[in-house]
Amino acid sequence: MTRKEDLRMLRGRGRFVADLNRPGLLHAAFVRSPFAAARVCAISTSAAREAPGVAAVFTAADLGDPCLLATLERDEFVPTPMPLLAGDQVRFAGEPVAVVVADDAYLAEDAAELVEVEWAQLPAVTGIAGAVDGAARQVQAGLAGNCLVDLLMFDDQRLDEIFASAPLVVGGVFTSARVAALPLEGRACLADWDDRDGQLVMNVSTQVPHQVRSAVAQALGLPEQAVRVIAPDVGGGFGLKCVVGREEVTVAAAGLRLRRPVRWIEDRQENLTASFHGHEQRYQARAAFDATGRLLALGADIDCDVGAYSAYPFTCAVEPLMAASELPGVYKVPAYRARGRAIATNKAPTAPYRGVSRPQIVLVMERLMEKAARALHADPLQLRRLNMIGPGEFPYTGVNGITYDEGSYRESLDLAERRVAESGWRAERDELRAAGLAAGIGYVCFSERTGYGTPTMALRRMRMTPGYDTAQVRMDPTGEVVITTGTCGHGQGHETTFAQIVADRLGIHPDQVRLRQGDTDLTAYGWGTFASRSIVIGGGAAARAADLLADQLRQIAGSLLEASAADVELHDGSARIRGDNRAAVPLSELARIAYFQAHTLPEPLRYGLEARASFDPPGTFSNACHAALVAIDPGTGAIRLRRYLVVEDCGVVINPLIVDGQVLGGVTQGVAAALLEQIRYDGEGQPVSATLMDYLPPTAADMCRVDIVHLQTPSAFSHTGAKGMGEGGMIGAPAAVLNAINDALAGTAAEFDHIPVLPEDVSRALAAGSAGAVPAAALAGEGTG
Amino acid sequence: MKDMHRISLRVNGREHELTVEARRTLADMLRHDLGYTGTHLGCEHGICGACTVLVDSGPVRACLMFGVQADGTEVSTVEGLSVGEELSDLQQAFSDHHALQCGFCTPGFLMLAEAYLAERGSAGSGAATGDGPHAPTEAEVRELIAANLCRCTGYQGIVEAVLATARARRAAAGPADGP
Repeated sequence: MTRKEDLRMLRGRGRFVADLNRPGLLHAAFVRSPFAAARVCAISTSAAREAPGVAAVFTAADLGDPCLLATLERDEFVPTPMPLLAGDQVRFAGEPVAVVVADDAYLAEDAAELVEVEWAQLPAVTGIAGAVDGAARQVQAGLAGNCLVDLLMFDDQRLDEIFASAPLVVGGVFTSARVAALPLEGRACLADWDDRDGQLVMNVSTQVPHQVRSAVAQALGLPEQAVRVIAPDVGGGFGLKCVVGREEVTVAAAGLRLRRPVRWIEDRQENLTASFHGHEQRYQARAAFDATGRLLALGADIDCDVGAYSAYPFTCAVEPLMAASELPGVYKVPAYRARGRAIATNKAPTAPYRGVSRPQIVLVMERLMEKAARALHADPLQLRRLNMIGPGEFPYTGVNGITYDEGSYRESLDLAERRVAESGWRAERDELRAAGLAAGIGYVCFSERTGYGTPTMALRRMRMTPGYDTAQVRMDPTGEVVITTGTCGHGQGHETTFAQIVADRLGIHPDQVRLRQGDTDLTAYGWGTFASRSIVIGGGAAARAADLLADQLRQIAGSLLEASAADVELHDGSARIRGDNRAAVPLSELARIAYFQAHTLPEPLRYGLEARASFDPPGTFSNACHAALVAIDPGTGAIRLRRYLVVEDCGVVINPLIVDGQVLGGVTQGVAAALLEQIRYDGEGQPVSATLMDYLPPTAADMCRVDIVHLQTPSAFSHTGAKGMGEGGMIGAPAAVLNAINDALAGTAAEFDHIPVLPEDVSRALAAGSAGAVPAAALAGEGTG
Repeated sequence: MKDMHRISLRVNGREHELTVEARRTLADMLRHDLGYTGTHLGCEHGICGACTVLVDSGPVRACLMFGVQADGTEVSTVEGLSVGEELSDLQQAFSDHHALQCGFCTPGFLMLAEAYLAERGSAGSGAATGDGPHAPTEAEVRELIAANLCRCTGYQGIVEAVLATARARRAAAGPADGP
C-alpha cells in the first residue's frame, strides 16, 4: 500500500512550520557566541533595539533565570542546567546570548548584528583526552575531570584473571566521529498566545510534542494546560528533534511577553554548529577467546564526548548507558566489565542521534570478531556463529541482564552468506582486484532493542522516564474511524501504517481510518517518536484500542442480529454471523444506530463508539546481517561502495514499502558515517564544518543499490508481532563498510578501527605501510582528531 | 532605505505583479509574498536543492537567485506539476516507489527530475540517431539527482521513480513518434 502522506507532499501542500503564517508574525534571530569558551563581560542591545522593524531584544538579564534541566536520579550524574540564553559565560561556539525579534527575518538578522558583546575568551576543552586531564579547565564549574557521568555498569571480578590466562586476547581503540543528524528541515517553531483559549500555542518541528510542552511549562513556570504544542509536518528528525532546544523555549518566552506570534526557523549553519550532535565516542575494548574461538570475556572503557550540556529530557548519559549495557549484542559473553563515561567539552551538546551508541558497539564487537578470527586463522563468519545466540536459545538472558526475545541471528547470517555467494560478489571483487583496485567484503551481525517502555527505560533512572503510549480509536456515525496517538511520525508514514493496523482489526479499509498525532490538546500524554518505538508501542496501543472497539461493534451487532457477540465477525465493512453470509449489517449502519438510535441499545452499549488503550512493553529485538563490497583506489585512497545487502528481521511487517524505506535511509546514513560525515572543530573549539560544503552528507552518487531480504520472526512482546526497525540500517552499515575496507586492505599494513575512513587515511596508511614503518595499531583511533 | 523594485512574472502560468526588496531571494518571494510554500528551504546556500524551481524551464536554486532577477520570467513550482487533483506521472511514480518520507526535499527532486525528463523528451539529447534519447541509465539518474540532498530515503526510490517515468514516457512516445 502506498502512503496516505504522499498526496499532499507531492503537490507541495505539506504544512511545515515555515509555511505557517499569522497576522503580525514576528521573526526571531539569535545572537550566538563566536567563541568555544568565554566570559560575557557586557552586552549592549541599544543599537539593535533602535533598528528598523525590531519589536524586542532579550538577553539572559531580561528573561530571568529559566533553564532546561535534564536529570538522572543517580549519584554518578552531574546535572548541567542549560539557560535559555547564556548569562555570564558561554560554553560552545554557537551558544545563544541574545534574541532579536523583528517584523521579518531579514530585519531580525540585520539587528542581531548590532548587538554588541564584550567577550573575554577562555581556553577551550575540545576533546576527550584533553578534557579528562586533571589540568584541563572545567567546562562546568566544579566538574572534576569534566566527567558528567561515570558508570561502572558491570564488573565481573574474574575478568582480570580470565584475560591473564586466556589463549587469545584481542583489542584496540575504536573511535567514531561526531556527526550531525541533519534533517533537511532544521529546527523550527512558532509561538502564538491565544487569548480565547488562554494558551500559548506552539507549532514546533519536533518528534516529542508532549516533552516540548513539559519543558516549556517547567522552564517558564506554567501549568501544562496553558501550553499546546502542535507538530505539523516535520521534515525529518533522526533524534535531533527528540530533545527540546533552548531556542524553542526562548521563542515561547518571547511570544508570552510580547503577546504576538513569534517564529524561529533555524538556518543550516545554526543546525550544524548550535543544535545537537552525536556519536563522538572512544572505546578501549578487549576480548578474550579460548583456542577454539569461543568468547571468554569482554571489557570496555567507553568515553563519549557529549559537549557542554545535557539535552532535555534524555541527559548526556544516554550514549554511555546504552553502550555499556548493550555492548555484548548478539554474542554470548560469559564475563563482562564496562565503564561508561560522558565527558563534557566546549562543543555543542549531543542528542540521541539515530542508532545511539549501537553503530559504535556493533563496530567494536565486529572488529573484535575479525581480529580474533585473523589471529586464530579461522573463518570470521564461523567464529561469529560459534559465539552467537543460536536457534533454540531464545529467550536468552545475557551477562548484561538483558533478555533477547526470539530472533533469526544465525539464519540471517547464513542467508546473507548464501546470497553473497550466489549473486557474484566474489567474482566482482576479483575483477576489481584484477583491475588494480583493492576490494573487499565485510559482514556485520547485530540486533537492535526497539519498542521499549518504562520497564526498560526506568533502568536509566531519568527524572522523566519515557516509554508507554496511549491511543484512542473512535468510530464516527458514518462508520469511519479516527485514531489519536501520542507518538509523532515525521516521515515514517504513520498515517498509513496506523491506519493499516486499525483497519485490519475492524474489517474496514485503511482509507476509512485517519490518524491524528502531534497535538498535545488532541492526544493523551505520550512520548513521541524515537528509539524505534512507534509501531511497537503506539501501534500496539492503537491495536488494543481497536480490539476494544471491535468488541463493542460485535456486541451491538449481536444485539441487532440476536446472536452471541462471540459469533460476530467484522469483515469487509460489515458485521456478520460467522458461517452465515446472509445475516450481515454494514458497520456504517451499526455506527448510525449507535449514535442516532442509542435508546434502542442496551445501556452498556450506548453513547458512542470509542475505546482507549495503552501499551508499555519491555522491548523486543529486531536483528539483521549486512554485507558490503567496497573498492578502493590505492592511488587516491578513494573508497567506493559497490554492493550492499541487508537481511533483516523486524517480525511482522506492517507495510513492506515503508520498512524498506527505513532500511534504505538508515543504511545510507550509516555508510556516510563510515565514509564521509564528520563534524570538525579546530584546536580552539571553532566549528569548521559549518556549511554543507564542509560537512558532507551522502548523495545518490555515493550510494549503490541496496538489496533487502526479509525474515519474519514475530515478537511475543509486541501486540502486533512487529518489532521496531527505524535504526537498524544505521546501526549495521558503519561496521559492514569498515570490515569491507579492512578486508580490501588485508595484506597491507593498513587496518582501521575508526570511522569515518577518509581517502587521506587510506593513502597515509598505504604510504606508511610501503615504507614498512607504522604498525597498524598506531593508526587506530586517530580518525577524529 | 529599502531598495524596492516593481516586477512581474508568471508562476505556474499565472501572472503576478509585485514590489519586492532587492535583497529578497526568489525562494522567500515565492513562499512568503506569493504563497507558493511548496518550495522549501533546506540550506540557503545552494547545496541541498530543496528549493529547486524552474525558471524559463531550467532548474535553479531559488535560494541563490533574487526575486528581482525573476522579472519577466516564467517560473514553475511543485504546485504546478499536477493537473487538478490528479498526480502527474512523475509524482505518481514517486509515491509508487516510496521516493519520499518526510517530504521536505521532495519538491526540489520533483522539479529537478521534471526538467531533466522534459529536456530529454523534447531535445533528443543522448544518442544522435534521430530516434530520440536513449533510456537513462541508473548511473545517469544517480549523477543527476546527486545535485540534491535527501536525508530519509537513501535515494533508491527516487532513482527508481525517475527511471520508471523516463521508461513510461519513452514507451508512450513510441519509437516512430520519438522527437
